[in-house]
Amino acid sequence: MTSAVHRGTPASATEAIDLGYLGGKFSLWSWLGTHDHKRIAILYAIAITTFFFLGGVAAALIRIELATPQGDLVSAETYNKLFTAHGVIMVWLFLIPSIPSVLGNFLLPLMIGARDLAFPRLNLASWYVYVIGGAFTIWALIAGGVDTGWTFYTPFSTMFSNSNVVLALLGVLIVGFSSIMTGINFIVTTHTMRAPGLGWFRLPLFVWANYATSIILVLATPVLAMTLVLVGIERVFQVGLFDPALGGDPLLFQHLFWFYSHPAVYIMILPAMGVASEIIPCFARRRVFGYRFMAYAILGIGIIGFLVWGHHMFVSGQSVYAGMVFSLLSFMVAIPSAVKVFNWTATLYKGSITFSAPMLYALGFVGLFTIGGLTGLFLAALALDVHLSDTYFVVAHFHYIMVGGSVMAYFGALHFWWPKMTGRLYSEAWGRAAALIIFVGFNLTFFPQFLLGYEGMPRRYHSYPPEFQVLHLVSSCGAALLAVGYLLPLIYLGWSLFKGKPSGNNPWQATGLEWETSSPPPTHNFERPPVVTRPPYDYPEQGEPA
Amino acid sequence: MSTANASAIAERGEPEHAATFALWILLATELLLFGPLFLGYVYVRTHFPDAAAAASRHTDMLLGTVNTAILLTSSLCMAVAAERARAQRSTQWWLSATALLGLAFLVIKGIEYQHEFAEHLFPDRGFAPADAISLDRLHGMQLFFLLYFAMTALHALHLAVGCVFCLGLTVRGGRQHALAVELTGLYWHFVDVVWIFLYPLLYLLGRAGG
Amino acid sequence: MNSDFHWLPASASSSAARFDALALTTLIMTGLVALILFVLVTWFCIRYRAGSSAGRQHPPSGNRTVEVIWIVAPLLLFFAVFGWAAYDYASLYRPNPDATPIYLVAKQWMWKAEHPNGRREVGELHVAAGQPVRMVMTSQDVIHSFFVPAFRVKQDVLPGRYTSIYFTPSKVGVYHLFCAEFCGTEHATMSGRIVVMPPAEFGRWLQQGPSVPGMAARGFALFRRFGCSGCHSAGSTVHAPDLRGLIGRRVHLQDGRELTADATYVRDSILLPHKDVVAGYAPIMPSFAGQIGEEDLLAIIEYIKESAHDERSTPRHTR
Repeated sequence: MTSAVHRGTPASATEAIDLGYLGGKFSLWSWLGTHDHKRIAILYAIAITTFFFLGGVAAALIRIELATPQGDLVSAETYNKLFTAHGVIMVWLFLIPSIPSVLGNFLLPLMIGARDLAFPRLNLASWYVYVIGGAFTIWALIAGGVDTGWTFYTPFSTMFSNSNVVLALLGVLIVGFSSIMTGINFIVTTHTMRAPGLGWFRLPLFVWANYATSIILVLATPVLAMTLVLVGIERVFQVGLFDPALGGDPLLFQHLFWFYSHPAVYIMILPAMGVASEIIPCFARRRVFGYRFMAYAILGIGIIGFLVWGHHMFVSGQSVYAGMVFSLLSFMVAIPSAVKVFNWTATLYKGSITFSAPMLYALGFVGLFTIGGLTGLFLAALALDVHLSDTYFVVAHFHYIMVGGSVMAYFGALHFWWPKMTGRLYSEAWGRAAALIIFVGFNLTFFPQFLLGYEGMPRRYHSYPPEFQVLHLVSSCGAALLAVGYLLPLIYLGWSLFKGKPSGNNPWQATGLEWETSSPPPTHNFERPPVVTRPPYDYPEQGEPA
Repeated sequence: MSTANASAIAERGEPEHAATFALWILLATELLLFGPLFLGYVYVRTHFPDAAAAASRHTDMLLGTVNTAILLTSSLCMAVAAERARAQRSTQWWLSATALLGLAFLVIKGIEYQHEFAEHLFPDRGFAPADAISLDRLHGMQLFFLLYFAMTALHALHLAVGCVFCLGLTVRGGRQHALAVELTGLYWHFVDVVWIFLYPLLYLLGRAGG
Repeated sequence: MNSDFHWLPASASSSAARFDALALTTLIMTGLVALILFVLVTWFCIRYRAGSSAGRQHPPSGNRTVEVIWIVAPLLLFFAVFGWAAYDYASLYRPNPDATPIYLVAKQWMWKAEHPNGRREVGELHVAAGQPVRMVMTSQDVIHSFFVPAFRVKQDVLPGRYTSIYFTPSKVGVYHLFCAEFCGTEHATMSGRIVVMPPAEFGRWLQQGPSVPGMAARGFALFRRFGCSGCHSAGSTVHAPDLRGLIGRRVHLQDGRELTADATYVRDSILLPHKDVVAGYAPIMPSFAGQIGEEDLLAIIEYIKESAHDERSTPRHTR
């Protein structure tokens, strides 16, 4: 007999819950000096939420400006600083750390049955580095601003821009070190601290995803660090490795930049894929279809992702033959992603599906990621990219993956593990409403942009020819709806912290070691270190008696 | 490491494994940190072969070679220290020797930099080598020196950090000493290996066959 | 210029139709995949929703055959799309000897073009329908990008080198020219008009405008004004390479390398003469960096190109 989602056996809302890691010491220093990965995850969540809304304010101003063809809300220079701020904040201060540093930090030790990460003090240090770097970056972006775009193309950024380029580079450089620290911690933890019986192919896919993400973090971020340093040196000393007027080559910068920034997008999507692989089996009440293929696909994405950076440079003046190699590899990297989408779909087959808020986010993720990924194929095709590159088609493509994909998954994860992290249940009605509003608002905002791009509307334009206005207006209205959708969880999740029903250990009846301990977990995670004897996603067959 | 971490790893009986593994990953990141500089070097050498050779002839071959010898000797001291630590013998002299040789390297590097500044070889607006006979020669030499300063400075920074660790270990000693010396040694040898690449690329470029 | 709202941009080059066909094919292919997935997900969500009476015995935890199929099938489709797109891409760069060169210099924040006969334009580009064009472009400052949506072409315009793209306008009309690489404060207003005219009308237009010498003639005047002919002409006592017919010629350099002389090589030789010294010559040519602007450089290069057809002067003996 099929069972509805079992939400635990709490008594009443007023019953006090054991606060676990949230209880005990609650002074400022007990939080700012904590070694507990769960508290550090909360610290990250606060910082990341702050940056998300700052980046969102920039986006709001951009969309308001673009509702009319004339550049009448802000000056051209301010507009350029706005889209730069939006990109820098959202990529480096929000998307890259979001799932790994909040959910990865919280869940990785729990999922593998460990007490903490391998290096708890390194974990805390990574938060400080992130916050300091983030604050520095925000300061550079707000006090004067940066107008180069988050991509810092030379020679504009090195020789022509009159803005806080060096300060912003410094801020991003510092934040990058935080990524590397987290990556090292996760890799070592996954290798050395798994509970007895937890072999690699019994690991939850969320662990696999964060593992592959961490490998990319540690290998790609140093390249960005040095590239940014070189840009800073050029600007300060007026020497020209990237400036043709001084003997350099602007394409050298682009190769170095994209060598990091393409794997960076896989840093942003792999953890989201891991989240989907946790939520969907739970609310379909069955095992993931093709677990091993899913795990290998994660590794495949990570590896091939390092080989495709030149697809950002098809019209840059790069050689035609290089373009062909990068194009072919870009098509190939789509295959493991496609495998994952097919397997998520197949995981619904013969399941017993309920549509909780996390499941709505996860299904939304699958749909929007699919559209984003398929439109990536247009861009991987050389001749098509000639027309579409640097237009709104690209903007729509990457927002479908990063916002429709990663942000949806982040929200889904927050909702799914909210009971575990806080011990409270949020309002399912509000959760589902917000998920739907976000889904509709998102499509309204970004689908018209595919059309705009095909029409020829270029990126990073403060003003535009009047024939593009209809689509821009639709997009801006969608953005307003999307903003409402993003604000709602702030309210009802926050409310649930005080008034939410106690959730019990496992309100979703999910598999996974994290659900076997209390909600919220005690500081040391498990009363007795668990021993694993079953495969992952070991949901009982529905055809059998419960 | 914190006590929670130590006991967790102790439960698995592999305390050394985690820290050593972490250091190897760190070394991989360092390799990729130097990567763009090596790529820039390849660019300068292929686009400005004559200028790169001319620029290289401006480096101080004597001091560079002396420094190479110093660094190799420091690695020897470090290796001896690690061996002794494994055998539970005292390492203080050897660790101090490593650190002192490292500091000597840095001092000599500083002297080289000073000479290069005086000859207007620092690649800023005042870059003016004596033999920049043409504009592209000037550009090429300036880019070579950009990479020379960037690579040697990044290397020196890493070396300085290594010296600090050596001195710290000399002072501290105590529990888990063998592991700490081993890890510091691994790091030190990496810094040495980087120099072994930098030395011929930067100092020997225009000098083969006179 | 038409400011009505269109679903598709105008299709005004010979390659635009082919482009749209490839785009449509890709759209159909990806659209089908998306549709199938959407239908499957929706169907599964309905049929297998909790509480429904569908059979749920033995849900498959994997199926190697199915996985292989949905790896190989998309891969084959991808190779097909890749191949078609790569072929079309290559044709945008394939040299076409019938193409008329148009020289474009981009700067913050305007486009400056010059036709071979000397007619110049700012912010506008007139071309003839049916006449293949080769854009030869450079930037005076930062990276820009030459983007004509109606032609489906785009090419970044870089400082310090020449980039090229070929197209053949096919439909008379006026179309947008956009800068598509962020280039600073007024990037959004660095637009222009592409005016495609019937060939006869274009011919007339080309002859109008201020009477200036053709680009090659202007280049010849510069060649003499800057003293190039002092060394590089037949009567000179200075031993300097003969530049007639240089473009496209195989050049042997002093350090043993060989290259094919193109526009960038000539530009580099003028600005950085010691970079690629020809074998057998002393490196005594002075640099003209900072003295000759981008448009003048293009004119000199055009003159050197035209000089290949010049049979009047007696050939110099070159070693």
